[in-house]
Amino acid sequence: MWVYDKKLQFPVRVSGPNPKLAKSVITQYGGPDGELAASLRYLTQRYTMPTGRSIATLTDIGTEELAHMEIVAALVYGLTQGASIEQIKAAGMDGYYADHDKALYFVNGDGVPWTASYIQSKGDPITDLHENMAAEQKARSTYEYLIQLSDDPEVTRVLCWLREREVVHFQRFGETLNHVQEYLDSRKVF
Amino acid sequence: MNCDHQREQLLERIQALSFSAVDLNLYLDTHPCDLRALTDYNQISSVLLQTKAIYEQLYGPMLNFGLSSGGCDSFRWVEEPWPWQIGAGRVY
Repeated sequence: MWVYDKKLQFPVRVSGPNPKLAKSVITQYGGPDGELAASLRYLTQRYTMPTGRSIATLTDIGTEELAHMEIVAALVYGLTQGASIEQIKAAGMDGYYADHDKALYFVNGDGVPWTASYIQSKGDPITDLHENMAAEQKARSTYEYLIQLSDDPEVTRVLCWLREREVVHFQRFGETLNHVQEYLDSRKVF
Repeated sequence: MNCDHQREQLLERIQALSFSAVDLNLYLDTHPCDLRALTDYNQISSVLLQTKAIYEQLYGPMLNFGLSSGGCDSFRWVEEPWPWQIGAGRVY
């Protein structure tokens, strides 16, 4: 069961229409290291985590990633809604516009649609937790590249906050990895 | 406009409290026996609940599916703005 909380986890404002920036930012919606991939990865791996703590961590971080997906959507929505056709063409967003108008769709910055092959669910909790730590670092790098690309200080503010969350999640997954390793070692003692 | 400003301030207060609760929750997932963090979590949860009740009284429910009152005259859950309609696409 999930419940929708009718608010963004972090306030989103944009300075004005900017389809060029939207075209880059959308990769954190439907790209390989984006928020959809993160959320679905953790929420599907959690069923085979071995302890209450590890299940809680994957459930809660997977849920927070859904809130981040909504924040990225709000950014793309805000950056595209008032954009003119001329601005969309100049931004190279005309291919996206032909397929989706200004609707939100799960693609990376080059329009490649999201695929389940971006994520893995291996059954071995040590393997899965290593994948998750790597995923958080890949997302952190992506946010850093987006911060370099951003020419809107309001958008940069949100990207900086999202980047910080990747660092916190990496830390929690690392602690969970230690805890699961200890748990698995304790089961080998006869 | 003044009313909008008040709403925005109350919403940002809820966002700040809620974020503290999320971050403490993740910390407690891996440190469930840290009593100081647990006390903080319980205190923040209580203030968050009270603050949300004030917001919901004025602007309608933040939660649905039976977790918050739906309203008296009409089902206020359906009222705009939805979260992405508040700051996105608008300059303050």
